[in-house]
Amino acid sequence: MDKQTAIEINNVSKQYFIGRVQRSAKQYNTFRDVIAESVKAPFRRAGNVIRGRAPSAANLTDTIWALKDVSLTVEKGEVVGIIGHNGAGKSTLLKVLTRITAPTSGEIAYRGRLGSLLEVGTGFHQELTGRENVYLNGAILGMKRHEINAKFDAIIGFSGVEQLVDTPVKHYSSGMYVRLAFAVAAYLEPEILVVDEVLSVGDAEFQRRSLGKMNDVADSGRTVLFVSHNMAAVLSLCSKGVLLEHGKLRSLGDVNSTIQEYQSSLSEMSSIPLLARQDRRGNGDLRFASIELWSDCHGAMMPVGTAMSGETLFIMLGYESHSPAPLRYVTAALHISDFLGRRLITCFSEYSGDHFEMLPPGGEFVCKVPRLNLAPGSYRISLTCKVGNILADSIIAAGTLEVSGGDFFGTGKLPDAIHHGPILLDHCWDLREKSRS
Amino acid sequence: MARLSNTASVPVSEKITQVRPKRGWISIDWQELWHFRELFITLTVRDLQVRYKQTIVGAAWAIIQPVLTMLVFSVFFGRLAGIPTDGDLPYPIFSYAALVPWQFFAGSLTFSANSIISNANMITKIYFPRIIVPVSSALSHLVDFGLAFVVFLLMMPLFGVLPTGKVIFLPFFLLLLLLTALGMGFWLSALNVKFRDVRYVIPFLVQFLLFVSPVVYPTSLIENEGFRVFYSLNPLVAVVNGFRWSLLDTDALSAAGVALGTATALLLFVSGLWYFNQMERSFADVV
Repeated sequence: MDKQTAIEINNVSKQYFIGRVQRSAKQYNTFRDVIAESVKAPFRRAGNVIRGRAPSAANLTDTIWALKDVSLTVEKGEVVGIIGHNGAGKSTLLKVLTRITAPTSGEIAYRGRLGSLLEVGTGFHQELTGRENVYLNGAILGMKRHEINAKFDAIIGFSGVEQLVDTPVKHYSSGMYVRLAFAVAAYLEPEILVVDEVLSVGDAEFQRRSLGKMNDVADSGRTVLFVSHNMAAVLSLCSKGVLLEHGKLRSLGDVNSTIQEYQSSLSEMSSIPLLARQDRRGNGDLRFASIELWSDCHGAMMPVGTAMSGETLFIMLGYESHSPAPLRYVTAALHISDFLGRRLITCFSEYSGDHFEMLPPGGEFVCKVPRLNLAPGSYRISLTCKVGNILADSIIAAGTLEVSGGDFFGTGKLPDAIHHGPILLDHCWDLREKSRS
Repeated sequence: MARLSNTASVPVSEKITQVRPKRGWISIDWQELWHFRELFITLTVRDLQVRYKQTIVGAAWAIIQPVLTMLVFSVFFGRLAGIPTDGDLPYPIFSYAALVPWQFFAGSLTFSANSIISNANMITKIYFPRIIVPVSSALSHLVDFGLAFVVFLLMMPLFGVLPTGKVIFLPFFLLLLLLTALGMGFWLSALNVKFRDVRYVIPFLVQFLLFVSPVVYPTSLIENEGFRVFYSLNPLVAVVNGFRWSLLDTDALSAAGVALGTATALLLFVSGLWYFNQMERSFADVV
């Protein structure tokens, strides 16, 4: 391994067995399943041979390659953004790298200590106090007690939990929780810091501070791997980008070109029929099936390819459901982002006060925007749906929204999105004379 | 906000870590375990803290449990059922000498068997040698053991028994107890990740082992020689008889019994270690 190399990943693959879980929707096996399977399997194998199929293992259990032959070298002090769609293998790569799970094949070597912050509550124990958890996490990073002592005040200061340092963390709010977790990971000064999508939790102030903190870490010559869907954050923080797609490395290089490639792959994605999209999250009780833009043209509704600023826009979200239980208390949200992935607007049925208390198994959500206040340009729509507060479906870049110039202000004039910002605001100007008494 | 460079810096580590697919039979990285010793201590202390947090009498439970069990046993088995003891020992001290190792065994087995699952949150988020988890939850019960043992020492003069020179063999039987508890703990905790049935098996198994170990009765009750050999395969027989022999100067201990028990305990420990080692890398994917 070269002296300047921080991480070396060689042909790493990771295979998961998913067949059983999908078929029986069970979280774990029981002896009964295993016994039943071992009785059935030889018969099924024999059946396959008779039917002329190869009796390979893949016929018995479905497998998925979460990572396939990924090779990557990270130099010391580099800040690398890992981007890709849901299910592209970003989190798996980090899990293999942090040794939480073993690779199926391939090798990884890294230099120095590796600290990670994967999701919220990285190894915090609910019953222990904030103080005890800091020491526990330090010990996990392989630090000595006196080294943790030296950092303790800074950690507590950053996370702002001074008042609750001796309270069990189960009483913490999720914001405090993530702040403490981040502070522990950042201040314990590992040579390599791995951060996965934590910035989506916590308030804006925390996000700003933790980005700043990660910059500090990078400035002090340490290596940072950062996974995020927030392209603006990736762009501002990272120098190098890694794009994963279907478990494979699609591109690697300068962060700007990687993000551009991701954007164009997102555009490819949004041309795929929604039901065929695999990169979705949620339990699937309800799945978005289509997205269409309609417009009100002189009293007649009709589908349109592009929306116009200032016109009434209907966004139709077709869905289907195979859930046997009735769909109750459903909320739907659509997020409009610019092409850097920055969220501009969220339309959420809960905010607008529209409640869907009982849903038929198939149908369309209609989101009506009376006067579209977006400047001309290309936008991206992501969708989320919850049934009874449980995430049912979530698709990033489900469709694109092309907006062409319309007469928003009634003056025939419009600002342009790049120089003046993408949001149009209804307003007027007036003048008042300063009264001289 | 203080910048990193201004605060006291942790020395930069140049250690190279290799991540590879698992191969080999038992591959235990002792150096790595030593590196994680601080975590081991922290986890052991944490297990203790968690166990007695939000309880009123706290660690006093470590004494109350065996003492109350001894009282119940003395009334029902000693007085009402009239079960004999080794020699002419009073029943309370006879049963308490067995309850001290037994409570440790039952407690540490139950905790270590569930340890991987109850620490799933950590295991799916952070790497550390997984073996630390069942070992630390078993060893945290040594504190309870120590407290219960102090009570035993106080009881000895009360019942007119004083330790003899044989007491120097006690550490051997304690070691045997540890090997048995850890060996079974490795097996059950690793199985438990994949088969949650184990959770329901544990209480039954503990109860079953109580009856096939000479806790409430003396080994002399088993008269059939052939059966006694089979019976001695249970390492807890050697442990319990060993505790009584070294502390209460009984004569229930046979060299053959100890040899058999030690052999099974070692087998349990090594095979448990092997199985745990085989399974541990998939814990995060399954648990």
